[in-house]
Amino acid sequence: MSGPRTTGSIRQRLLVLLLLGAAVIAVLLYLVVQSVARQIAQESQDNILAASAISILDSTRVKGGELSIDLPYSALSMLGSVTDERAFYAIRLNDGFLSGYEDLPVSGDYGGAATAFRSATYLGEDIRIASTRRSFSTDEGQALLEISVAQTLAGMNRTLARITRISLLVGFGFFVLSALMALFIARSTIRPLHRLTESVSRRGPSDLRPVAAPVPSEMAPLVLSLNKLMARLQYSLTRSEDFIAEAAHRVRTPLAILRTQAEITLRRVEKPENRQAVREMIRAIDESSRTAGQLLDHAMVTFRTDSLSREDVALHALVQDTVDRLGPLSELKEVSIETARLDEAVVPGDAILLQNALHNLLDNAIKYASRNCRVTVSLARSPSQATITVSDTGPGFPDGGSVKLLDRFARGDNAGSVVGSGLGLTIVKEIVLAHGGEMELKNNEEGGACVVLSFPLA
Amino acid sequence: MRYLLIEDNETLARAVVDRLVLDGHVVDHAEDLATAADYTATTDYDLILLDIMLPDGDGRTFLAQRRSAKSRTPVIVLTARSEVSDRVGLLDLGADDYMVKPIDFSELEARCRAVLRRRGGEARNVISFGDLEFDSLAGTLKIDGSETSLRTRELRLFEIFINAPNQLFSKSKLVDRLFSYDEEASENAIEVYVGRLRRRLEGSNVSITTVRGLGYKLEQR
Amino acid sequence: MRGLILSIGLIWLASLSSAFEVEDHAVFGDQDAGQVLRIISTADIAFFEPMILSYLESHPGVAVDYTVAGSSELMRALYDEGLSFDLAISSAMDLQTKLANDGQALRHSSDQTQDLPDWAVWNEMVFAFTQEPAAFVISNEAFADLPRPESRQQLITILRQNPEIFHGRVGTYDIRASGSGYLFATQDARTSDTYWRLTEVMGTLAPKLYCCTSDMIEDVASGKLAIAYNVLASYAEQSEHADAFTIILPSDFAIVMLRSMLIPKSSQDPELAAGFLDFVLGQTFPRGISPLLQSNSLEQANESALHRIRLGPGLLVYLDQFKNRSFLAEWENAILQE
Repeated sequence: MSGPRTTGSIRQRLLVLLLLGAAVIAVLLYLVVQSVARQIAQESQDNILAASAISILDSTRVKGGELSIDLPYSALSMLGSVTDERAFYAIRLNDGFLSGYEDLPVSGDYGGAATAFRSATYLGEDIRIASTRRSFSTDEGQALLEISVAQTLAGMNRTLARITRISLLVGFGFFVLSALMALFIARSTIRPLHRLTESVSRRGPSDLRPVAAPVPSEMAPLVLSLNKLMARLQYSLTRSEDFIAEAAHRVRTPLAILRTQAEITLRRVEKPENRQAVREMIRAIDESSRTAGQLLDHAMVTFRTDSLSREDVALHALVQDTVDRLGPLSELKEVSIETARLDEAVVPGDAILLQNALHNLLDNAIKYASRNCRVTVSLARSPSQATITVSDTGPGFPDGGSVKLLDRFARGDNAGSVVGSGLGLTIVKEIVLAHGGEMELKNNEEGGACVVLSFPLA
Repeated sequence: MRYLLIEDNETLARAVVDRLVLDGHVVDHAEDLATAADYTATTDYDLILLDIMLPDGDGRTFLAQRRSAKSRTPVIVLTARSEVSDRVGLLDLGADDYMVKPIDFSELEARCRAVLRRRGGEARNVISFGDLEFDSLAGTLKIDGSETSLRTRELRLFEIFINAPNQLFSKSKLVDRLFSYDEEASENAIEVYVGRLRRRLEGSNVSITTVRGLGYKLEQR
Repeated sequence: MRGLILSIGLIWLASLSSAFEVEDHAVFGDQDAGQVLRIISTADIAFFEPMILSYLESHPGVAVDYTVAGSSELMRALYDEGLSFDLAISSAMDLQTKLANDGQALRHSSDQTQDLPDWAVWNEMVFAFTQEPAAFVISNEAFADLPRPESRQQLITILRQNPEIFHGRVGTYDIRASGSGYLFATQDARTSDTYWRLTEVMGTLAPKLYCCTSDMIEDVASGKLAIAYNVLASYAEQSEHADAFTIILPSDFAIVMLRSMLIPKSSQDPELAAGFLDFVLGQTFPRGISPLLQSNSLEQANESALHRIRLGPGLLVYLDQFKNRSFLAEWENAILQE
């Protein structure tokens, strides 16, 4: 049986989607953490700079009409408190330089706020400048004092590098964690499907009960359809079997009546040529009925081998049973049927089919064997296989057993007037093959046909 | 022997009944399960021949009921259904054997005998004629206290004769009764079997006489 | 300490003069050596010579050119005149810090600098290699009948209670003239209010103001002074007349000045300078193996009472002209009461 066409795996698709999602979120996470952390780092640096500038401004008072600036030690020392930063400041009055670093870049745009910040380059290094201002009344009138405090960004850059590293780690860690979770999710999502598959494939060929185990709601429609399909299948299987049985009944009953009528007629007919005609009619009826039977048998065999059940079948019991059942018939035909050797052997398979095969084979042997000959059945068991040998002391197969005999409707040359459809051996062969076995036709050295069936043991 | 045939097809039933009566059996015919139930309630049968598809039910139901009632009467099922699927079920339900229609009467006789013989012992069917006793089930012929066994076709042939002593049987009639239609049998074969039977009957006051040109009959001298 | 004779206030004025003033100069090692390490330092040749000699022993192919200048002269040489030196050594921590802060120093990082205590390095540019605590130096004779002042508070009490003994016999830095004095005073004032009270008390006792530690030590040894305040302990320990006085590191807190080095950006051979710098640091840390003069009293001092002046931008505050002006004004106000 070829596998169904597939369009990729749900699990893989799920995994890829989850991983893609995780990657996107990881990148976003990285960017967000990065930018938030940057902002916070920048803000905290700005806050320190602003605090420094304001502390200088706060230390300024007007003393005797003049500005007195008592630069607090902490104003600059706080800048280098966490990391060693170079610090700069400039005190400007009405845009004129008072103290500190004269060439420190001037403040940025205040934009209404009390403090202005800007980034600049000074003495070859990137710096951040915070400026604040206040107006004082001095002897010379209103004066606008502006304090700018600046700091290099070495520590800040180190912090940012660390933040980048951490956010990269966070992003990566998140991705790894998500990947693991994605694997887990994909797996556990698929698990109910696996379970369903298992529970369905574990079933025997004739187990068509609906799936009763609970499944996730998304799978409910699938299971519902599956159950419906199985119900339909069950129905059609039942119908097939019924149909075959019905067909057999429909064909055989009129044939039976016809045959009976013919037989009754025969009793009344005296003229030899008329009697001969009726006899031939009866024989023709027999042949039709047998052919119909075997055709139906063949249909049944085909039907059953399609979904071969594999129960343990005790071949020895089956052989004995079949031989026993054919006892009356062989007695009638004055053919003796005996079991020579009967090893115990159990093979996996369909008991009904195996019985049918054996029955066909022995029926054949009895039918084609001439009066007073002997049919011997034996069952031998080797470590790997069970072999059923049916041989007779009859005329043997023409051509020493040819493959042609196995073709449907082919009959041996010696069949003569014997009623038989020729389907018998075909059915046997099909059953044997379905069980993984082999069938061999040959003639015994001392004469007579021999059929060897071998079945692999479990 | 008392047989019950449960079969809804009139033609088939009549033919079977005729054939069995010829063999010296008493046969009741029931057309459906209800009638069959009435018969089995009042009469003990030696063998029941049962059709599966009946107008008022499935023969298997009848089988199951008989089985649960622990009836020991053997049952042979006559079925038109596929032997493959039904065999196991039928035997499991307690049928002793089954035959697939159309029925070859020779085979039916052989199977009936086999079933009765298997059930063995209590059912005996001994016929006395002249100074001999014949047990058709065991296939033994007792002449003057000494017993001989008859082989298959000799047995069948003798059965035919002893069930209708003094009746004339043409060779062709005997061929019909003795061989299935799928067998190539000539009237010469009848002569062979009659010859053998005559040898068996030596020393008895019963003999098979030839009515020239007409056939044979069993007579007491 | 001739290196500290100039006041901080002169730094900006110094840019006006044409060339910096060299106090001393010496060359060590092979004159024709391929490599010459040019050091400008505020430390006397005698003070630093052992270190140089020790260095040359292991580095024979190097000559050391050692120039001594005052701390503000050093500043002028490097900052204003842009002269090339490979190493600048100074006890003026504020000026060293300013040089570094204003981008006049090169960063240096090595295995040696990794292991330094936090206080000994700033921004991978300024590296401290000696610790110079400021102490009381008391005349044994003057304090014969007096309790030993262990802290500023005790000193205040003793001075107050014995004005007759101390009048005119108290000495301290003139912080207008001494960079070290200014540094000690500002750190004192920053650390505790006691400084101002002490200064005021001293002010009432007609204090003598000095430019240099060595003069103060001499005067205490000779008995001219009963006590000198904020004297570099290491120098006092070196005095020939050390038995005439007692050196006391105040137990409330002792300001510790750090002598430090940096590699000027004008260095022509920064690698050589870095090697020398690492050598000096290796001799200094861990403590105790340096061939340089070290204060014994530091060894005995309670670590928690040691107040090392922190290298860093805080020191720039006192260089601010406003701050400088207002601090000096306040100091003058306190010390000059007559």
